[in-house]
Amino acid sequence: MMPTLDFRRDHLFVAVLALLVIVGFFLPSWMRFLIQTAMASGLVALGVMLQMRAGLVSFGQGLFFCIGGYAVGLLAAKAGITDVALLLPAAALAALVIGLVLGLLLSRYREIFYAMLTLAVSMILYGLLVKAASLGSTDGFNIPAVSYFGFVPDQAARPDWSYALTGVVVLAGCLGALAYLRSGAGAMLDAVRENEIRLSYLGTSPRVLVFVVYAVAAVLSGLGGGLWAISSGHVDPEMTYWTTSGQFVFVALLAGRGSVVAPVMAYFLLELLRTYALDIAPNAWQLILGSAMLAVIVLLPRGLWSLVARART
Amino acid sequence: MSAPLFRTIGLEKTFGGVVAAKDISIDVMSGERIAIIGSNGAGKTTFVNMVTGYLTPSAGQILFDGHDITGLDPRQTAQAGIRRSFQIAQVFAEMTVLENMLIALIAGQDGRPSARAAITPERIDIARSALDRFGLSVIADTPAGTLPQGTRKQLDIAMAAVGDPRLVLLDEPTSGVSADEKMAMMDTAIAPLDASGATILFIEHDMDVVRRYADRVIAFYEGTVLADGNVAVVLEDEKVRKYVIGDSHA
Repeated sequence: MMPTLDFRRDHLFVAVLALLVIVGFFLPSWMRFLIQTAMASGLVALGVMLQMRAGLVSFGQGLFFCIGGYAVGLLAAKAGITDVALLLPAAALAALVIGLVLGLLLSRYREIFYAMLTLAVSMILYGLLVKAASLGSTDGFNIPAVSYFGFVPDQAARPDWSYALTGVVVLAGCLGALAYLRSGAGAMLDAVRENEIRLSYLGTSPRVLVFVVYAVAAVLSGLGGGLWAISSGHVDPEMTYWTTSGQFVFVALLAGRGSVVAPVMAYFLLELLRTYALDIAPNAWQLILGSAMLAVIVLLPRGLWSLVARART
Repeated sequence: MSAPLFRTIGLEKTFGGVVAAKDISIDVMSGERIAIIGSNGAGKTTFVNMVTGYLTPSAGQILFDGHDITGLDPRQTAQAGIRRSFQIAQVFAEMTVLENMLIALIAGQDGRPSARAAITPERIDIARSALDRFGLSVIADTPAGTLPQGTRKQLDIAMAAVGDPRLVLLDEPTSGVSADEKMAMMDTAIAPLDASGATILFIEHDMDVVRRYADRVIAFYEGTVLADGNVAVVLEDEKVRKYVIGDSHA
């Protein structure tokens, strides 16, 4: 029953992801860092996936990734606030506020117009940051080590702490997205994609639903950007460049719309593939990546998650 | 005499110089079952679109349950208690029949993000029993896009009936349905609507269907109301026979 609206088993998948996060603790540090950045970016891809459920492709989700990252960076490097208990809420809040304002405009648009407008706004921020010499222009700037609810881990333990933080926040983000998809506003996203007119005649405003999904995706992406900034200790305007946004779309397509954990896992697969492709073919890794994407689109039009969904039924 | 449930006063719609509807004044009492007839371009669908908020009238007033609803949008008229079905069934093709009903339930009641799940066992029960009433429960798990046109229209009507609206407008419920299925289609659609106490307006071209299911007929011609009243009287009206039914023996 209910191939499109059934998320009853997603708690299980989040638990599986939690288990994988714990396993990650015992992996070599390079692999663990790969998981960590993939999880942070996966949260942004999850935001893209939520919008795709409503039939909307955000080609500028890097905007909120960047806003989250710069919110953390500015507070830590320029204002001296270095505790994650303030940094991450600030990242989410900054993304939410911008998301609410832009959402008022964007919720009127659909299809290519939505995609192009999201792209345009993200590139405006890129242009501004590149011009901002005090923020390091295209180089960006470094972020000092952060504290965890008042606790400052020593140098050697820092990677453990930032990995654990990323794991916890990403899992919470997945659960939040799940609760949203199961709520009225989330359950109707598919109906927005399929038939907006019908939905209005049943008593709901599709525009409000689009406004909400845009804001929810903004918060998830802002958190992802904040985590990424803490993990890498650096932010730069590349975070809102169109190739970064394109990668989030790429991953959302690769993953499919079937589960909230799919984009996070798919992001890790992409990073893994990229790492090995670089290793095997330093000059042709993009060829391998492109071929993989082509294969997924042709063979699994509903994304990698359809393999899991098929195994269930 | 009690006040009408629904009333239009001097309703008018023009598109540039074209008059699609003019001076439409209708009173509808609660519980009535009204057929709207008229040839193509007579203004029937324009009327339905104005009542449900898809089109804003150029002039005139629409009252529902004593409130002025002129100029409200489709979402607001739906929330006020007016629902419609469509000439070409508007369903969510990729979803199953049951999911379509669930979306109809959620859309009418619960559009907010919350920690509470929107699809509850109670809602599934309500959706299933609604499908039961409309004779659709055997196909509950079939994707709506794979259904034949007639069944899709039944689902469309069932979705319009979710939440027991006070007024239901059916836009040509039997068009695209084979001649020998028309009566069965109307039987399954009208009975549950009647049972819920809904007032029904339906656009119809087949006079046999009109005679059997309506207790009042409103005939449209060139954007105006040509005749309005008892079925037998309107259908025998000379002008209605000439301009609407197209009876050459009139």
